[in-house]
Amino acid sequence: MSSTEEPTTLSAYRRQEQSITLAPVEEQIRSDVGGASDEASHELLTLNIGPHHPATHGVLRLLVTLQGEVVRDIKPIIGYVHTGIEKTAEDKSYWKAIPVVERMDYLSYFFNAMAYCGAVETLLDVEIPPRAQYLRVIHLEFNRIMSHLVWLGTSALDLGAISMFWYCFREREAILDLFELSTGQRMHTRYIQVGGVAEDIPRGFAEKLRKFTDAMPTRADQYGDLLNKNEIVLQRLRNTCPLDAQKLLELGVTGPLLRAAGNPWDLRKAAPYSSYDHFDFKIPVGTVGDNYDRFAVRLAEIYESTRIIEQALAGLPEGPYITTDRKVALPPRHELATSMEALIHHFKLVTEGFRVPPGEVYHPIESPRGELGCFVRSDGSSKPARVHMRDPSFVNLQATSHMAEGAYIADLIATLAMLDPVLGGIDR
Amino acid sequence: MIGEHTVGDTVFFRGHGTLEIDPATIVPVLHRLRDRGYSFLASVHGVDYYPHEPRLGVHYELLDMGRVDRVTVKLRVPTDAPEVDSVTPDRAAPGGGVLAGWPTANHQEREVYDMFGVVFRDHPDLRRILMPEDYEGHPQRRDFPIGGEPVAFTYNDTPSLGPPR
Repeated sequence: MSSTEEPTTLSAYRRQEQSITLAPVEEQIRSDVGGASDEASHELLTLNIGPHHPATHGVLRLLVTLQGEVVRDIKPIIGYVHTGIEKTAEDKSYWKAIPVVERMDYLSYFFNAMAYCGAVETLLDVEIPPRAQYLRVIHLEFNRIMSHLVWLGTSALDLGAISMFWYCFREREAILDLFELSTGQRMHTRYIQVGGVAEDIPRGFAEKLRKFTDAMPTRADQYGDLLNKNEIVLQRLRNTCPLDAQKLLELGVTGPLLRAAGNPWDLRKAAPYSSYDHFDFKIPVGTVGDNYDRFAVRLAEIYESTRIIEQALAGLPEGPYITTDRKVALPPRHELATSMEALIHHFKLVTEGFRVPPGEVYHPIESPRGELGCFVRSDGSSKPARVHMRDPSFVNLQATSHMAEGAYIADLIATLAMLDPVLGGIDR
Repeated sequence: MIGEHTVGDTVFFRGHGTLEIDPATIVPVLHRLRDRGYSFLASVHGVDYYPHEPRLGVHYELLDMGRVDRVTVKLRVPTDAPEVDSVTPDRAAPGGGVLAGWPTANHQEREVYDMFGVVFRDHPDLRRILMPEDYEGHPQRRDFPIGGEPVAFTYNDTPSLGPPR
């Protein structure tokens, strides 16, 4: 079939294509089976998907009840990556608990540390210097882009668009190089500390950052060109598994999933923390709440995060990168040679750690998957008495059965991809 | 249901309010707060207040998206009677009709049950969520041993968890 063919003389293939509809699944089953009296069409099959399965985004086990190929119920079974992070954090001093808590949701490690440090800073009632707040925002937004790139690559991989994986991970490598330049580590950087950040950005970081933020919008345009008007992507994602905002709120879902359904709730705008109110950025919001809107919202968030990083770098204030309160943050090394107080503070902080006055605090932030809250209870000692991470993926997972009910297995796979679950956060 | 002894204590700490309530009144309290605008249940989590009795605490973090205001509701139950009404299911309203529950509390209450042993009455599916189904014990209680291997060269860390010496 060539493109010069007139529309009235369609090939047999095109005519057949036109007969395929995404009509309600019930009608499809009835017409396929040829009458509702057939016993076999009502038989339910329970299928176990996972925990080892390339499309479940980690060690997630789903008990899917199927009627033919239509999903009737999903029961997620989790706990395969449960490592007792919350229990471990109770046994470590507040400083040492940061690397433990970081390893929870392994794609948004800056956010884990930010939520935890924010809770401890609230308990300590310590002020964060403005330079530290801007540096935190830069790294948080880079982490958001990086998490969305991993999501985009793996989701496209699930749908069959295999090259997207490599393009997204090429950009991710650039971000991980930037993390290595500023923090010394690619992942789980322990850069965000109680009181600020671990160290200042080195020479050369600003130029490399600008090179990345100049190139990123073009790259995101290229991803959009590849996927936005692709016939297969549209058929797989458009109008599949929608869920309205009211139901999502009852299920406790936040983040891009809620924004895709039309509710523009974003903690960075609603309850700004760490100087987010200094920056000008938009919140991408969807209309229908189907899988395509979830995809489009996250893709648009990459542009907005790039804008935030540019503004943060342009307006980066001078000053200390961590609080000057020596009871909380280590003194700079050169002071140890001359100041007795600095030596004593250093000794106390490294051996016992700082003590936090008793209290309970819940500190929520906006992570790439939704509201990430950290609850810390302190009993006056140098170790937290309870650390609980309210992980967005753990709560969002409850929406899977509501979203995928009545859809095909293939739609279930696409929905899982658009849900963006990270099992490290779900299981902790 | 809600009477003068419902709210035992109120705390305002670091700009955030907490209500400590009588555990038997949790469902009407949350419904009353939802009517006031705190409709989003952000988190349900457990805390072990060992050695203070009553030991097992359950915290409910509520959010009013319209006014951007948060409030915490907390209750404490003893270990010998660790039962609380679940907020997950819909309940019958006293004057007829249905009072909607919070489906978001489903997995979160299961986690509190799994980790602390708090039993949620009328929960649609109360079973362990993170630990294996046949596990014995409630791991995040403060007197449950943390286990693990001793770490070399960690001279200054004494384990803080485990049975009291």
